Order: sequence, then structure tokens, then C-alpha cells
Amino acid sequence: MLAYIARRIVYVIPIVISVALVCFLLVHITPGDPLVAILPADASQELAAQLRAAYGFDRPLPVQFGLWLWKAVHLDLGNSIATGRPVFTEVMNAVKNTFMLACAASVIGFTLGVFFGLVAGYFRDTWLDKLATSIAVAGVSVPHYWLGMVMVIIFSVTLGWLPAVGAGPGGSADWKWDWAHIQFLVLPAITMSVIPMGIVTRTIRALTGDILSQDFVEALRSKGLKETRVFRHVVKNAAPTAVAVMGLQLGYLLGGSILIETVFSWPGTGFLLNSAIFQRDLPLLQGTILILALFFVFLNLVVDIAQASIDPRIKRA
Amino acid sequence: MSAVDTTLQAAPVQNARGYWATVGRRLVRDKVSMFCAFVLLAILLAAIFAPYLHLADPYQGSMVRRLRHIGTPGYPLGTDELGRDMIARLIYGGRLSLLIGILPVVLAFIIGTGLGLIAGYAGGWANTAIMRTVDVFYAFPSVLLAIAISGVLGAGVVNSIVSLTIVFVPQITRVAESVTTSVRNLDFVDAARASGAGAMTIMRVHMLGNVLGPIFVYATGLISVSMILAAGLSFLGLGTKPPEPEWGLMLNTLRTAIYVNPWVAAMPGVMIFAVSICFNLLSDGLRSAMDIRN
Repeated sequence: MLAYIARRIVYVIPIVISVALVCFLLVHITPGDPLVAILPADASQELAAQLRAAYGFDRPLPVQFGLWLWKAVHLDLGNSIATGRPVFTEVMNAVKNTFMLACAASVIGFTLGVFFGLVAGYFRDTWLDKLATSIAVAGVSVPHYWLGMVMVIIFSVTLGWLPAVGAGPGGSADWKWDWAHIQFLVLPAITMSVIPMGIVTRTIRALTGDILSQDFVEALRSKGLKETRVFRHVVKNAAPTAVAVMGLQLGYLLGGSILIETVFSWPGTGFLLNSAIFQRDLPLLQGTILILALFFVFLNLVVDIAQASIDPRIKRA
Repeated sequence: MSAVDTTLQAAPVQNARGYWATVGRRLVRDKVSMFCAFVLLAILLAAIFAPYLHLADPYQGSMVRRLRHIGTPGYPLGTDELGRDMIARLIYGGRLSLLIGILPVVLAFIIGTGLGLIAGYAGGWANTAIMRTVDVFYAFPSVLLAIAISGVLGAGVVNSIVSLTIVFVPQITRVAESVTTSVRNLDFVDAARASGAGAMTIMRVHMLGNVLGPIFVYATGLISVSMILAAGLSFLGLGTKPPEPEWGLMLNTLRTAIYVNPWVAAMPGVMIFAVSICFNLLSDGLRSAMDIRN
């Protein structure tokens, strides 16, 4: 097992460096001068040159990349152009909120997905299966930012049960685990949960169907095993793939929360990304993307290791 | 087990009709797929022939008839925040929305199939170079990648098509590569090589026809995601600019109206949802129609 983990970690290193390179290059393929946002319109040539030197934009690209990477390794992603605060601190504060939202959405989405998937897989081609697969298709096809709007229309505007936007009463950003705060989490979390719900339902349905049609299940049943014990075998065989799909989904939620966070004004990484894009705050944009992508790579690594520890066949491959 | 007999009887008939003809017949018999195809065709044709449908001007607003409710005489689906007829805007909006949703997948299908064929057929360093590059793009969640590229390139229709194409190329390349690799070592490819066919001829004549099917099914499934993402980019303000009718952008500008006239504000999303779910169901139908063994 340790050898497998070591092998996986070695494999991740070139990926991490390439991801950093992509994030670095993203800013350098930007049309226009990266200094445009901070430079006054009537700035002289000397001032522009001075600033360019101060930010290191006058050096050759590979040198810039090396320096940037060296700083990034030491958790220094530069300062936000808009606020002047360190990018790393800004992103980490936002990641906390996004992580909370993504986890809440995952809990809802995975629970429903596993339940619907098992029902559909066990009762294949019945009306239960059709209902569950219809919900799943709707879940993966719905534009979730629109669903968010519809949720706000129903539960905030019409019924007035839940707040429409924000993450705390009076726009406060200090999270507490009481209903006054949790009620702000309900709508975005449910909205966000529909995609993983749909995908997990489809995965579990296909897995259950495959496993139930295999010979060993028939063997288990014919030797007189109770259906509840057979179910344990089904779960055991479905677990590695299910864990992999769910891990990936959590990663997609963390990285893809921008639309939901915009609809609900949720103060997370997506919200940060949105303001970075429209204020052309390139260090902040670069740092946010880098940290989110690294989270995703790390999550993939964890998923692979978890999968291998459940399913011994993977280690040998 | 008991199906052996029927398989033996059915085989000659299927051969006589050919693979794609069989797939077509199976698809036509699938009611859900046909319904979805009909809906998509209706939306597409309405968008293309919008100028001939005697609709109101989608750009012409009026301050006195803003945010009329659904069912107002003369405005069956109401009016938007600037008093423009919603039906006209929804139909005209289909032109740009379908374009920015479908075109990236078509482009990625062409580029990704090419890259995947080369990687799968050539193997060796070409495979390593292409597939390791693809791996790097897989390290980004697709929504994040689309928004990052779009955000850096700046708002605009062309930029959003470019960014979505970049997002989908690695995904299609990966599918194309794995299909090609599985076909490469089959006997008929060896036979072609033995009879002196060059690499280009083998790829074009012998492999392409065998790998296109699975890649095509995968790509039709991607259109659903692409529609949602493309409209999503416009929703964030990274796509087209007002007053252009486009479903994602309309959803964005109507957001302020949800307290006044919520159901009119939600209409553009219904269109995105309808197109996206129809492509998803059609893709599912195609997949099971092509799976002739079952």
C-alpha cells in the first residue's frame, strides 16, 4: 500500500507543476498590459517602466515563472491589485465558505443519489426506475443557476421562508452554526446538490444493475443467503467506483461553484473569481484558479488512494 | 442462455440491413428520443427562420409596457424589463444560444477526434505528448477552466466559444484515444497494413468509420453540458452584450425583476433546460440504439 501511495504521489508532481504553468500562462496570454488596472491613464513612460520592473514584468517569461513558482511554494501569491491584501489570505478565507457549501451540497446530493440509484438498480424497468432515472436526467440537465433563481422565487419571494442572498443576517460574513446563519445555506446547498445527485444516481444504478446480473450474486442467492447479506456484497462491489465518482463530484463542486455563488451572493471562491475577472485583478484571478486546481488534484489523489485501499485489485494494476 | 436461438436467427437480417440502418430504425422506434428530436428541431427551425415568423421586434422596447405578465393580450409570454416582447426575444435568443452551445462541441469533436486518432494509432512519443497534455487539462474542473479562460480572454461570443472548445477538446481526445487503441490491433487493420496502406489511409479509411460512432455519442452528451456552460458564461457577463437576445444574458438582466414578475424572469432558463434535457435524452437514446448486442 505504501509503495502504491508513493507511486501516485510521484505521478502527481509533474501534474502540479503543469497546472502551475497553465495558471501562470493564463495571465500572460491576456490581451493588453497586465498593469492596465493599476496604472493611471496619464502615466508617463518612466512610471510604467518602473512599475513593470517592480512587478517583475520586464524579465524573461521563464525567469518570471521560476520566481512566481518559488514564491507560490512559500504561500506567497502576491497582493490583490484591488484590495492590496495578500492573495493567499483572501483565497483561503473564501475557500472556507465554498468548502462548507460544497460539503453541504455533497451530503444532500450523495444521499439522494445513492438512494435513487439503488432503487432504480434494484427495480429495473419498473415505474420506480423510470421515476428515479427521470429525476437524475433532470438533475444533470438543469441549468443550476436558473434553478437557483427559481428556488429564490419560490422559497424567498413567494413563500418568504428563507433568505434569498448572502451568508449571514445583515450581510455579516462571520459564520456561526445557528439557524440564523444555516438558513442562508439551505437554498444554495440544495441547488448545488442536483448535479451530483443526478450523476451519482446514474452511476449507482448502472453499478447495481451490472453487479446484480453477475453470476456470483446468483450463486450467493442459490446457496440460501438472505437478501440483506446479498446487499452487503453489492455494496462492497459498488463502493470503489462509487467513491471515485463522488470524490470527483466534490471536486467539481469546489471548482464550479462560481455560478451558484453569484446567484446567491455567497462569499466564496466563485464570488472572488467573479470580482477578480471584472476588476481585472490578475494576481487574485491567478491565485484563486491555482489554489482551486491544486485542491482538485489533491482530491483526485485522495480518491485514488481511498479506492486502492477499498479494492486490492487496483494496487496490482 | 436461452437467447442463443434468437441471436442466430436475427444475425443475417441485421447484416442485410447494415449497422447504421439498424441503429436508425431502433432510434426511430424510441418514443422519447423522437419527441426530443422533434422539440430540438422545432426550436432550431424557429430560431433560423425567426425573421419570417411575424414576431415583434426583439430589440424594440417601451417604458410603458415593462414586465407585463404571462398571458397579457398581445404578449402571450409577457415583456421583459425594458418592455420587449418575450416570445420574440426567446425565439431570436435561440440563434446565439444554440450557436455558442453547439459550436464548441462540433469544433472539439473535429479537433479531439483528430488528436485522439493520432495518439491512439501512432502510439509512442506522440501518444505520450498528446495524452499527458490532456491530463493537465483534466486537473481543472471544467466549469473553472471555462470561466478562467473566458475571464482572461475577456467577454465576447468568440472568446466564450474558444474557451468552451478548449474545455471539451481534452475530454473528446481521451475518448477518441481509447477507442482507437482498442481498434488498432484488430485483424482488419493489420490486413490493411499488410496490403501496403499508409498510416493516413488506414486512419482515414479503416479506423475513422469504426471510432466515430462512440465518439459521436459522447459528443452529443456533451452538448447538454455545453449549452448550460455557454449560457452560464453569458449569465456571468462573459458572453454577448446587451441588447443582444441570448438566453443566459436574458436570465441575468431579468434577475432584478424576480420581485416584480418572477415567472417571466424565469422563462429564458426554461429554454436552456429544455434544450439541454432533450440533448441528454437523445444522447441516451442513441447510446442504447447503438448497443445492438443487447
